[in-house]
Amino acid sequence: MTMSTEKLTIAKAINASLRTALETDPKVLVMGEDVGKLGGVFRVTDGLQKDFGEDRVIDTPLAESGIVGTAIGLALRGYRPVVEIQFDGFVFPAYDQIVTQLAKMHARALGKIKLPVVIRIPYGGAIGAVEHHSESPESLFAHVAGLKVVSPSNAADAYWMLQQAIQSDDPVIYFEPKRRYHDRSEVDTTAIPGPLHAARTVREGTDLTLAAYGPMVKTCLEAAAAAAEEGKSLEVLDLRSISPIDFDAVQKSVEKTGRLVVVHEAPVFFGSGAEIAARITERCFYHLEAPVLRVGGYHAPYPPSRLEDEYLPGLDRVLDSVDRALAYQG
Amino acid sequence: MTVDSTAARKPRRSSKRAGAKKAAGEPELVQLLTPEGERVEHPDYSIDLSPEELRGLYRDMVLTRRFDGEATTLQRQGELGLWASLLGQEAAQIGSGRATRDDDYVFPTYREHGVAWCRGVDPTNLLGMFRGVNHGGWDPNENNFHLYTIVIGSQALHATGYAMGVAKDGADSAVVAYFGDGASSQGDVAEAFTFAAVYNAPVVFFCQNNQWAISEPTERQTRVPLYQRAQGYGFPGVRVDGNDVLAVLAVTKAALDRARTGQGPMLVEAFTYRMGAHTTSDDPTRYRRDEERELWEAKDPILRLRAYLEKQGLADEAFFAGLETESDALAKRVRETVRSMPDPDHLAMFEHTYADGHTLVDEERAQFAAYQASFAEESK
Repeated sequence: MTMSTEKLTIAKAINASLRTALETDPKVLVMGEDVGKLGGVFRVTDGLQKDFGEDRVIDTPLAESGIVGTAIGLALRGYRPVVEIQFDGFVFPAYDQIVTQLAKMHARALGKIKLPVVIRIPYGGAIGAVEHHSESPESLFAHVAGLKVVSPSNAADAYWMLQQAIQSDDPVIYFEPKRRYHDRSEVDTTAIPGPLHAARTVREGTDLTLAAYGPMVKTCLEAAAAAAEEGKSLEVLDLRSISPIDFDAVQKSVEKTGRLVVVHEAPVFFGSGAEIAARITERCFYHLEAPVLRVGGYHAPYPPSRLEDEYLPGLDRVLDSVDRALAYQG
Repeated sequence: MTVDSTAARKPRRSSKRAGAKKAAGEPELVQLLTPEGERVEHPDYSIDLSPEELRGLYRDMVLTRRFDGEATTLQRQGELGLWASLLGQEAAQIGSGRATRDDDYVFPTYREHGVAWCRGVDPTNLLGMFRGVNHGGWDPNENNFHLYTIVIGSQALHATGYAMGVAKDGADSAVVAYFGDGASSQGDVAEAFTFAAVYNAPVVFFCQNNQWAISEPTERQTRVPLYQRAQGYGFPGVRVDGNDVLAVLAVTKAALDRARTGQGPMLVEAFTYRMGAHTTSDDPTRYRRDEERELWEAKDPILRLRAYLEKQGLADEAFFAGLETESDALAKRVRETVRSMPDPDHLAMFEHTYADGHTLVDEERAQFAAYQASFAEESK
C-alpha cells in the first residue's frame, strides 16, 4: 500500500475528505450557502463545484431549514448529503428540521429508512467576529437522541472523521473548530482510522486528566506543557466525539490520575462537561481525589469580540482549574 | 394621493370562465361536477373516465369515509388515543391520490387517510400511531408513501428534496407534498416553494384548504387566496373544488404531468371543508357555527358523485348494496385488528434510535432490562 501522507491544514483536510467522498460515492452531495463558486466563506469547499459540477456541489437558497429539510428528502431518495451551515449561530433556523425530523425519522420508521446526512458546522470563537459567529452549540445537539455529534481537533481527524461521518447511516453533526482551520498537521489518507467515536490520549500524564475536544485540545496541550514546567504531569484526552462520549476512555484515565478537568468553549451550565462530571463521578467515585471541575463559557450571551478572550477558556483559566483540582489532597 | 398598482389594473380573467362557480368576492375554482351532480366542462381541465373508473372513485371515497368513521368510534371507545378525521375531504384525497403513479412519492400530513388508501397502505397500519403502539407503522418505500408528519409543514421540504433527487436521477416520477391552510403560514412551506422553484423540482404542492386550522379560519393565515401564493415564487397555482373528485383528479394529474415533463412545481389548492373536529380532542362548537357546516353538507363529495352515477345510470342498486357490504367488512376488520394490536415490548423504545448503534443507548437498554428483570426475581 502506498503511503499518502502530507501536511494539511484542517480546512484543506476537510476539503480533501469531501473530494474523496465525492469521487468514491456518486450519491454524495455537498450543499449549502456559498459552497459552490465561492468555495464557502472559509474556502473549505474550494474547487469542488468546479470539479464535480453544480448538481453535486450545490449553492442553495439562503434558508437553513430549507437546506436541512431538502437534505432529508434527498437522503430519502438515496443520496448522502453533506450540508454546510455557514456559522454556528446560523443553525437555529434549521434546528427544528434537525431535532424534529432528522434525528427521529429512522426510529419513527421503525428502522425502515435511513438518514445519512452530515451537517458541517464551523463553530467556536476567538476569531474576532460579530455576534452569532462564535458560538458552541454542541450540547444542544448531543441532548437529542438520534443525532451523533463529533468534533475533530487536528487535520488527520478532520479528514478521517468526516469520511466516517459520511459513511455513517446516522445523521452526524460535524463541528469544525474554525479558529484552528489553518493549523497544519500530518494527514495519512491511506491509514486505517480508529473508531469515529473513540477518544484518544494525546498526552500521557499521572496527576490529572484534561478532557477536551475540537479547538480546546490544543489549549489543553499547551496547558499541560506549561504545567509540566512546574512539575505537574497532566494527561490530555481528545474526546473527538460528544455523542456518544467515550466514557470508558475517560474512566480509564481518571482511575489512573484521580482528577478530571473538562474544558470546552460552550457555556459550562448544562454543557457536555456537566454530563461527563456526573457520569465520571458515578463510575469513578472511589478513584476521585477531587471533584470534577469544568472550564468553559459563562452563562451570558457570547460577548462582543473585544471581550472574548475573557469569556473563552484560555491557558490561564485551564491552569487555574488544574491548581484548584490539585489543591484537594487526601 | 394616487396609488399605482399593477395588481389593481390587472383584469380579472376569471369572470367569463365556464364551469367556475364563484361566490361574490371569491376567485374561481375548477369544477367538473357540481354539488347537484351535473357534469360541467372547464376550458383548461377535462377528464374522461369509464363507468368503472367512476365507480372506483366512488368506492374509494365510501370506504375511506367508513374507515374514518370507524376510527373515530374506536377513539370514543378508548381503543385509540386520538384520531384526526378526514370527513368531508374524501374527494380532495381520493382525487389527488388516484392521480399519482406507483413510482411517484407522496409526503402526507397526519390526515391523509384517503391518500394512503390510494397508495395501497393498509388502513389498519395508519392506526398504530393513534393507538400509541408506534410513531408510524409502515415502510414508506413499500408504497412510496412517507410516514405521517405531525409538525406542521415540515414535510413540504422533504418532498422538495426528494423531488430534487428524482430530477438528479433523471427519472420522470413526480412528488406530492400535502399540507393544509394552516401550514401555508409555516416558514418551511415558504422555503419549500423557494427551493422547488429555484431547482425546478418535480413536486406538486397539494394544499387542502379545509377552512380551519383547529380554531383559526383561513383568514387568520392569509389575505390572498392561497393558490395565488405560487405566483410570487414563479410557478402556477390553481384552486380546485376540493369536494369534486373529478376536478381534483384532473387538476392533480395535469400538475403531475407538468412536473414529470420538467416544467417544475405547481400549487394546487383544493378548496374543501373539515366537516368534523380537528381531532377527537377538539370541540368545534367553541369557534364555528352549525350553519357553516350545513352549507358545506350540501356540497358533499360522495353525494354528488352518487347523484351523477344514478342520473347517468352508471351504477345500479347491486353496486351500492355490494359496497355497503364491503364497507361493513372493512369496518369489522379495522375493529378487530385494532383491538388485537399488541403493546410493544418494553425494550422497543430503544430500538432504531440509531442505525449504526450508540454506546449510551446500549448502556441504558441494558440497565433498563436489568431493572425490569429484578422484579421477576423478586416475585419468585
